[in-house]
Amino acid sequence: MAATVETRPPGLRAARGRAPENARRRRRGLAAWGFALPFTLLFAVFMLVPVASSLYMAFTDMRGADLKTPFAVNFVGLDNFAAALTDPKFLQAAGNTLYFVGVAMPLTLAIALLLAALLNSGLVWFRSVFRVGFYAPVVTSIVAVAVVWRFLLQPDFGLVNSLLGVIGVEGPRWLTDPTWAMPALIVMATWRNVGFSMVILLAGLQGIPRDLYEASALDGAGAVRTFRSVTVPLLRPTLLFCAVITGIGYLQFFEEPFVMTQGGPLGATNSVAYEIFNQFGFGNYGLSAAMSYILFVAIVILSFLQFRLLRPKS
Amino acid sequence: MTTTSLPVASTGATPPGEAPRPDRRRRLTPRAIVLNVALLVGLVASFGPLLWMLVSSVKPEGEIRQFPPTLLPEQWTTANYTELFASLDFPRFFLNSVVVALAVTVGAVLFSAMVGYALAKIDFPGRRLLFALVMATLMVPGMVTFVPLFVLVANLDLINTYAALILPFLAAPFGVFLMRQFMLDVPDELLDAARVDGAGEFRTFFRIVLPQAKPALATLGILTFLGSWNNFLWPLVAVQSADMYTLPVALALYSTGQNTVQYGLLVAGATVIVLPILVVFLFLQRHIVQGVATTGIK
Repeated sequence: MAATVETRPPGLRAARGRAPENARRRRRGLAAWGFALPFTLLFAVFMLVPVASSLYMAFTDMRGADLKTPFAVNFVGLDNFAAALTDPKFLQAAGNTLYFVGVAMPLTLAIALLLAALLNSGLVWFRSVFRVGFYAPVVTSIVAVAVVWRFLLQPDFGLVNSLLGVIGVEGPRWLTDPTWAMPALIVMATWRNVGFSMVILLAGLQGIPRDLYEASALDGAGAVRTFRSVTVPLLRPTLLFCAVITGIGYLQFFEEPFVMTQGGPLGATNSVAYEIFNQFGFGNYGLSAAMSYILFVAIVILSFLQFRLLRPKS
Repeated sequence: MTTTSLPVASTGATPPGEAPRPDRRRRLTPRAIVLNVALLVGLVASFGPLLWMLVSSVKPEGEIRQFPPTLLPEQWTTANYTELFASLDFPRFFLNSVVVALAVTVGAVLFSAMVGYALAKIDFPGRRLLFALVMATLMVPGMVTFVPLFVLVANLDLINTYAALILPFLAAPFGVFLMRQFMLDVPDELLDAARVDGAGEFRTFFRIVLPQAKPALATLGILTFLGSWNNFLWPLVAVQSADMYTLPVALALYSTGQNTVQYGLLVAGATVIVLPILVVFLFLQRHIVQGVATTGIK
């Protein structure tokens, strides 16, 4: 500071003004780091370190026995990735996960959009009752509702098959039938998650200016035409958000098979996330970390594709 | 809701708190009837499983399996809850869940608000890097980090501790993002006025900024509490002794272990997890639904 003052004698007054200014800036910078410090420390330890070390672990042969000596392990290059991608169990789990996401995500979004459009139509009598009822499953613990659904889907006296029996349909043995176990999980996941997208889409619908609909009606467009050429284009960013969030969640589905099927029958509901967890349980940390990375790449790719598909067309 | 600011028309039959749309009166047209009946069927499908759970938890084992199910138990029983809380260690699991969820909520909301404020309103060295790192980790799911996190926590000798269940969730990138977005809208004039009055940075934050941020704090608090209460994977991994189980971990392990066919017991266990959240949700539903909707739109 003193040097600055000496080299510019004529600007003495300005420099005196700057010195407290600099001190204040420094004080504010310190205060800012004071605010940021608790988060930054925890973030560095419990987020940045694990993210970095998962990349490290994926390329080593680390096992459960190395838990306390994580640096005394061998680098194995891409072996873990090769092992994962040639393991029939992992490939089956990957197929199951794609099946789950590929069916459950469009189904969830379609039902959510339908419900949101109906609730927004102005013909509904008790809108807030419906909104609460459809949203309620979203706040529930997946583990808890998976236990409940396991009983509802019980083949002999469960509520679902009993109801099907009333209309003369003999329901399948849902969770123990390799064909029907995955559809059962998809129905349950859709049931639980529809409300989330519905609420967001409803808010999006309410943000569409009413005069666009009036203009569309003046042009003689019917309800379906209006929906396709006014509602859907304007709702694109909202749909994109719902698709990305739902897709990321579904790609990691884990609790449902853990509680309802243990991945069975015959591996029909084993998911990538569940396989990662199992390999971790077997002590294959390196392999498990490599599988996590494959899942993460899948999440990034899915999000990217959705951005391409649903971005606003200009 | 966008409609709440409109003048309330004098239609008597509006549900409480819901502003009617002045331009569209509630009419008994055939279309409206079909639509509402269809939605009602959907509502039964949506809320039915939860209702079945609540009612079954106070029924004896045989009645749970009856068809058609009775809407009210023919024979009320508290045996399921008695077993849950007397024979099994559910009071302890409940306590664990409450302690963890409260600590995570208070800590994550406070730390997120602090760093969100700094990122939004103070120009400090390292600000851009910190924000970039937060944004980069926003999408990293727990499924990707739980193995190295376990190794880290094991080496810190924190397995089977509350610290293991709480600390990793205090650094929540989503919370920081949400808070920063909100803090950007806090007027600079307000902060300048506080500084002119001689308030220090910390005083300004706690006296001026935090009260302004109440809606965002509430939204983040509710979402954080829900996430922590329902969290499963990490507590399953980080805790191995039964006295540290949280409710979802305990229920999942009992339901896949030797109690797998005790319907009444397990349904009561599910109710213990879901009911407190459901009650809170019904009281705060307007707030929760709007909070979710606005964070989604932003």
